[in-house]
Amino acid sequence: MPSPPAAASTAFAAAWQRVKRRLLRTVLVVSAICVVIAVILTAVDGRGFGMKLVYSFSIGLVCNSIVFGAMLLSGWFTDLLHRARGRPLPAQSTTGWHGVVAGTVGAALIGPPLGLLLADWITGFTSPSVLNFNSTSTRLTLLFSVLATVVSLFIIQAQERLANARAQAEAAQRRAAENQLRLLQSQLEPHMLFNTLANLRVLIGMDPPRAQAMLDRLIAFLRATLNASRMPQHPLATEFDRVADYLALMDVRMGPRLRIRLHLPDALRTLPVPSLLLQPLVENAIKHGLEPKVQGGRVEVSARQEGDTLVLVVRDTGIGLAAAAAAAAGDGSHFGLAQARERLATLFGSRASLNLQDADDAEGGVRVTLRLPISITTTVTSP
Amino acid sequence: MTAPTALIAEDEPLLAAGLRADLAALWPELVVAAQVGDGASAVAQALALQPQVCFLDIRMPGLSGLEAAQMLAEEWPEHTLFPLLVFVTAYDQYALAAFDAQAVDYLVKPVDRTRLQACVYRLKARLYGRLHASPAERSAQTASAADDTLAQTMTQLRALLGAAAGGCAGTGGTGGNAGGAQRPPLLDVVQAQIGNLVHLVPVAEVIYFEAADKYVRVVTAEREHLIRMSLRELLPQLDAQRFWQVHRSTVVQARCISTARREESGKVTLTLAGHRDKLTASRLYAHLFKGM
Repeated sequence: MPSPPAAASTAFAAAWQRVKRRLLRTVLVVSAICVVIAVILTAVDGRGFGMKLVYSFSIGLVCNSIVFGAMLLSGWFTDLLHRARGRPLPAQSTTGWHGVVAGTVGAALIGPPLGLLLADWITGFTSPSVLNFNSTSTRLTLLFSVLATVVSLFIIQAQERLANARAQAEAAQRRAAENQLRLLQSQLEPHMLFNTLANLRVLIGMDPPRAQAMLDRLIAFLRATLNASRMPQHPLATEFDRVADYLALMDVRMGPRLRIRLHLPDALRTLPVPSLLLQPLVENAIKHGLEPKVQGGRVEVSARQEGDTLVLVVRDTGIGLAAAAAAAAGDGSHFGLAQARERLATLFGSRASLNLQDADDAEGGVRVTLRLPISITTTVTSP
Repeated sequence: MTAPTALIAEDEPLLAAGLRADLAALWPELVVAAQVGDGASAVAQALALQPQVCFLDIRMPGLSGLEAAQMLAEEWPEHTLFPLLVFVTAYDQYALAAFDAQAVDYLVKPVDRTRLQACVYRLKARLYGRLHASPAERSAQTASAADDTLAQTMTQLRALLGAAAGGCAGTGGTGGNAGGAQRPPLLDVVQAQIGNLVHLVPVAEVIYFEAADKYVRVVTAEREHLIRMSLRELLPQLDAQRFWQVHRSTVVQARCISTARREESGKVTLTLAGHRDKLTASRLYAHLFKGM
C-alpha cells in the first residue's frame, strides 16, 4: 500500500516528492508507448525497427524530462512567488498542476526536435529538420510525440488517482474495523463478563429456574453485541429489548441497589435506530453513576417524539458527572460516549445531537439526551 | 480455642451469599461475623469485630477493597492480630501481577471450589500456626506475632498500591497500557478558586497536601487553600521524587520535612521546616524514614 506523502514544507519539496513517486511508473508507461510507436512507424515505412526504437525512446525521454523539469520549476517558482508575497502556501493538492500543463505544452513543442538531436547524436545519422513539415515522417513524429506525451500523462495521472482512492478506502475500512473492535471490547469487558458468570454460578446452585432466565438474557446480550456490525440499524423496540437484557443482568448482580424504568410509547416501536446506540450509554450510567454509589439508585431509559425528532433519554440517579470523572481518574474510558457521538454525526450530521449533563432535579445523577431526525417513510420491522 | 471469625465484603449480594455458602461447606467452624456491601462498612465492621480473616472484593462502591485494606492497616489497634486478608476480584490484572509474589491470598471470580479449598487450607495453616502455641508462649508471642503479620501485610499492601498506581500509568508490565489511560502531565501551579478569584500557587511552594472530604487542603508557608479534587486525582500529577505520600490522606514535599521521629506505635511523627504543623506518617509509609 503506498504510504501517504509526507507533508512537504515547500511547493518545490512537494513537486520533488511527486516526481520521485512517478518516476518508476513513468519509465514503464513511456517505454511501452515508445515500443508501440516504433512498431507502428516500422509498419508504415517497413524499414529499420531498431533505428525507430532509438528515435522514439529519445523523444520520449526528452519529452518526459521536460514535464518533470517543468513540475520542479513550477514548484520552485510557486515558492518564490509566495515568499515574495509573504503568504502561506495553498493546499498541496492545488499546487503543481500548472507545472504539468506547462510541461506538456513545452514537451510537445520542443521535445521532438531535441529528441531527434539526441537520437542523431547517438546514431550518427542526420534526420531531416523537424521544421520541415513536408516530410511525412516528421509530421508523424510530431503527432506521435504529442499524443504519446499526453497519453502517458493521462495514464500516470489516472493510476495515481486510483492508488490514492484505494489507500483512502483501505484507511476508512481500517478505521471502521478498529471502531468495531473497540465497541466489542468495551461491551465484552472482562470484568462485566466474569462477574456475570460468577453470579450465574451461584444461581445454578440456589435457584435453577432463575439461573436459566439469566443465562437466556446473557445469550441474547452476547448475540446482539456480536451481531451489531452486521445489522447497522434495527427497530427501537429491539434496541429497548437489548437494553432490558443488559439491565436484567445488572439487576441480578446489583440486587436491591438497582432500580430500572423503561418507557417506550407504542407509536415509536418500529422507528429505525442505529443498533446498540443506547447500550454503551446505559452501561456508562451503571458503571460510572450507580456502581460507585453505596446506596445504588435508578436508571431510566425513555423515548418520546417531538415533532419530527425522536428524543431518547438515559438518566441515572448516580454520583453525577464531577464525582464520576474524579473516580475514573486514571481509568477514564469515555469511549461509549465518544462512539455514540461519532455514529450520530456520521449517520445524521448536524440533524442529530447528544447532550450530557447533570440531572437538574433533587435526585441528582446524569442525564444523556439524544435527538435523532425521524424520516416518516423508513420504518423497519422486527427481524 | 474459640471459633475463627471472618468478614465478607462484597457488593453483589448473590456473590456474597455464594461465598458464604461455599465457606460453610468447606470450613464449617468458620463464623461469618459480618457481611457488608461497601468498603467503608468493611473498615468499620472489621475494626469493631476484629475478625481473623477478611474477604475483600476489590471493586466496591465507596472505598475499593485495596483502599479499605490500607485504611485498616493504618487504623488497626496495636498488638492485636491483624486479620489475614483475602482479595476477591473478577478481573484486575494489576492485582494478579502484584499477588504473584505475595503470601496474602487472592481469589478470582467465579471462584471454584478447588481454589477456595486451597485458600481455606492456607488460611487455616496461618491461623493455627498463630494459635497453636501454648498459652504461656502465646502471651509472649502475641505481640511479636501481631507485629509480624502487620509488617507482612504492609509489604504486600505497598506492592499492591504501587501496582495499582503503576497500572494507571501503563507501566504494569504485560498489557498494562491496554486501558489507554495515559499519565497526566506534572502540575506546575495549583489553581485554587475562592469565589471568582483564582489563586495560583506554585507547586514548589506547597509544603503538604491533605485530603479533606471531597477537597484537598494545599498548605504553603504563608497560607492554605482548598482545591476541589480528590487526592487520588492529584497524586499522578505530582513528582513522586519530590512529593512523598506519608499517609492515606497526606502528601508532603520531601525537602520541607526536617525531622522524623519513630513512635512506639510504629507511626512516624514529622516536623516541618517553615511550618508549625506536625504530620503523621502511617505505619504503611514508615519505611520511607530510616537513616542512610
